[in-house]
Order: sequence, then C-alpha cells, then structure tokens
Amino acid sequence: MLRISGLSKRYDDDAGLQHVALDRIDLAVSEHEAVALVGTSGCGKTTLLRIVSGLEPATDGQLTLQGDAVTGPRRDVGVVFQEPRLMPWLTVRENVRLALLDLAPAAQDAVIADLLRDVGLTDFVEALPRQLSGGMAQRVALARALARKPSVLLLDEPFSALDSFTRMKLQDHLGALWERSRFTLILVTHDVDEAITLSDRIVVMRGQPGRIYREIAVNLPRPRGRTAPEFQKMKDEVTLALDIS
Amino acid sequence: MQWRGLVLPALLLVAWQALCASKVFTPDVMPSPVAVATELFRLWTKGQLLGDIVITVERVALGFLLGTAVATVFGALVGYSRRTGEYLDPTLQALKAVPSLAWVPLFILWFGIFEVSKIALIAVGVFFPIYLNLVAGIRSTDRKLVEVARVNALGRFDLVKRILVPAALPNYFTGLRAGLALGWMFVIAAELMGASKGLGFLMLDGQMTGRPATIVAALILFAVAGKVSDALLVATGRRVLAWQDDFGSVQAKTGP
Repeated sequence: MLRISGLSKRYDDDAGLQHVALDRIDLAVSEHEAVALVGTSGCGKTTLLRIVSGLEPATDGQLTLQGDAVTGPRRDVGVVFQEPRLMPWLTVRENVRLALLDLAPAAQDAVIADLLRDVGLTDFVEALPRQLSGGMAQRVALARALARKPSVLLLDEPFSALDSFTRMKLQDHLGALWERSRFTLILVTHDVDEAITLSDRIVVMRGQPGRIYREIAVNLPRPRGRTAPEFQKMKDEVTLALDIS
Repeated sequence: MQWRGLVLPALLLVAWQALCASKVFTPDVMPSPVAVATELFRLWTKGQLLGDIVITVERVALGFLLGTAVATVFGALVGYSRRTGEYLDPTLQALKAVPSLAWVPLFILWFGIFEVSKIALIAVGVFFPIYLNLVAGIRSTDRKLVEVARVNALGRFDLVKRILVPAALPNYFTGLRAGLALGWMFVIAAELMGASKGLGFLMLDGQMTGRPATIVAALILFAVAGKVSDALLVATGRRVLAWQDDFGSVQAKTGP
C-alpha cells in the first residue's frame, strides 16, 4: 500500500553546503503491516517519516500511498510525534476534537468518548495538558491520531521521553490497538526492544547520508515476551546491524 | 497578597504629610495630602469632578476600543499571512516612527478641536503596541503545534480560532496593557491641548488659577484610574490565560 522508490532528500544549510539526509530509499509496506525504522540519531529516519506524512517534500523519487502520490498531509494518515503536541489551552476533549472537525458536533463527541475510553482517559476529559503526566499526554496524542480511523499510523519515537515502565505499558497498549484495528503501522524508534515488540519487520537505517542498511523480519509470536531467548537473539542481531555495540 | 501593593503608597503618604507639616514643602509648591483630599472633596461637592472623570474615562475607553479593534484586524492579517505582511508592515512601521503627538495638528484640521480628534489621537497611541505584540504572538506560535493542524487538515478558520489566536493571547494581553497605558498618556496630551472638561483640563485649570492642590488631585485620580483599568485587564487576562503553566502562574499560587 505504501511504496517508496529512489527517494532522496537533500537540503542546503545556512552556509550553503548541501547535505544529503536520505539517499535513494526504496521501501514497500503492505497493508496491515507493522514496520519499525530503527537507526542511530541523524540517520534520517525522522525525515523519512515526515516525508511519508506529507509534512515535508522529498527532493527526488516516488512516494505513493494506495496508488496516489503523496503531496501533503492526508486524512487517512495519523501521526504521533515524539512530543504529545497538545494545545496547552485546550482540554483533553478539545485536543482530540482537532482531528474530528469535519464531523457533526454530536458525532464528534461520541467518537471522542470512545477514543478516550480506548486509551483509558475517561476521567481526564476536562483536564488541561499541564495536569497530565507525560504518558497520559502521549495517550491523548495517540487518541487524536487514531480519531479518524487512519489506514496508516505513523509514530516518531512516540515513547522515547517516557520512563521505561510507562513506555512498556504504552507499547503493549499500542500493540493491542494495532491487533484490533489492523492499521498499517510505521514506527520510528531507536529503542530496539520497542521495534521487536511491535513490528513485523525492522528496517535498519544508517547515516549519513541516510540509507537503508538491512531489513530484518520479526517472526516471533505475539504478544512478545521481552525476556524470551528468541527476543534476546533478535535483539543481538538488530544491535549488530545498527553497529552500536 | 493584594495588600502588599498598598504598603509603599501608605508610607509615601505619611512621609509626604510629615514633610508638609515640618514646612519642608510649602503649600504653594506642594500641598499636603490633607489639602489635596480637601480639594478633592471640594471639587466633588461642586459637582464638577464626576463629570471630569467620566469624560476622561470615556475618551480613553473609546480611543482604546477603536485602536484595539483596528490593531487586532491588522495584526491578525499581518501575523497570519506573510504576504499581507509584506504589503502592509513596512508602511505601518514607518507610521510608527512618526511621534503620535505629531498627528495632532492634522487631526485638529480634519476632525476639529472636539471629541473626534481626541479619540483618534488616543486610538493611534493604542494601536502600535497591540499591533506589534499580536503580530509577534502569532508569528511565534510553535511550529510543532501548527504541524498538528496540518496533519489534522484543519481549515484556515479553525487554525486561526483554535491554534493561532490562543497561542498569541499572552502577547496580545501584553500589547493591550501597553496600549492602555499609552491611552492614558495620550488622553492627557489631548486634554491639555484643548478641552473644557476632563482630568487633563482640571490640571490645566489648576495651573492657570495657581492651585497646586487641584493639579495633584488630578494626578492622583489619573494614577487610580490607570491602575484600576490595568487591574481589570490583568484579571481578564488571568481568566483567559488560565491554561498557562509558567513561572508567573506558579508564583501566583505558591510564592515567592
């Protein structure tokens, strides 16, 4: 459903020097697949995700989603950023509503109630973002991204700012939502455990310029116990590919 | 605590009275607080004072509303659309460089010596801080929040209403306060230039008739009116900006 071929991204810095952030990326993601893009910082994985989301244009190459060239943000693509990016002046309810403004108001309220129940925040509908913990705020962001029942959900290191306990909880939560709704999931992360827990396939990127170095299929049964020996073996393999050990 | 703000004025009042009582200040130069209070009472019972206060407040209010309305429209247009800004902003910046009082001869020629020219002058003074702060507020909206609007396909109206306007509100209120302060400044200028009523006229009258107590009384009334109107703005701002999570709002609850 998502097809990337020969995609490059170059930009000029303030000194007029040209940088190559992404170099001839080829990637295909099928419907309902969960793909993790992993790599050390600066390898271009966030840039790639931003291009897929339509927020940034590519310099060269093709990018199609369900056959259509991506020229800008699309209603059927949900995005969760590294930070929750909630409007500090809006309550939880109104923040989620931002994704639903094309619906009739009554329908908006019904969808919001469902979404917040899904992410376990029913009691915080009227709360302001400053009253939420980091994990709660990111769950609101997740609810907002899922509001329109997207066919693709893009996540850019969504849990990297959270403590490890909250992170694991949210990973399991996201995994359950994915199993239930079966949207296509593309997750950018530098957390190998997270990539193995959530994805069917791990795409290892290396910089600079950013290229795809290896693709590793994750053929472990779900839900994946993080302490299983196969999990550890996989982790060693990905770590080796990342060249960080 | 609110009462702390009254400590310094109370001390000054006591010192002022003491200096007058000990003849350091002579009554023809600086009347004592008691003399000023007596003068205020005299003006009040004469029935003139209320009218003077009302007309001055009215001028400031009308000028402030007019200046705010125009500044809000221009500020929103220039802040939202860079292209509109390229057309409008250089001209407005050039007009800003004209000292506001320099408009007086022209306004008197255009609008006459009465109310309209005074209100126009106040509106000009009010305009610039509000315009500048609103533009700065909209432009400094976090890019990351605007991206949320983009990925959620917000329309232009919803982007302005739900994101740009609230994000600009803290700056906007700073501009409103600065604008209001200038409004009080310009009302005196307007009334000193020619008026038959108002607190500025009262001051001029005190000068002409050699009554320092009248001048000081009018000064005090200006201070009180300015402070009260500013406090009203601050209270409104606090309610509208209750979502803020900054040092100032934490300080308000817990100190120091």
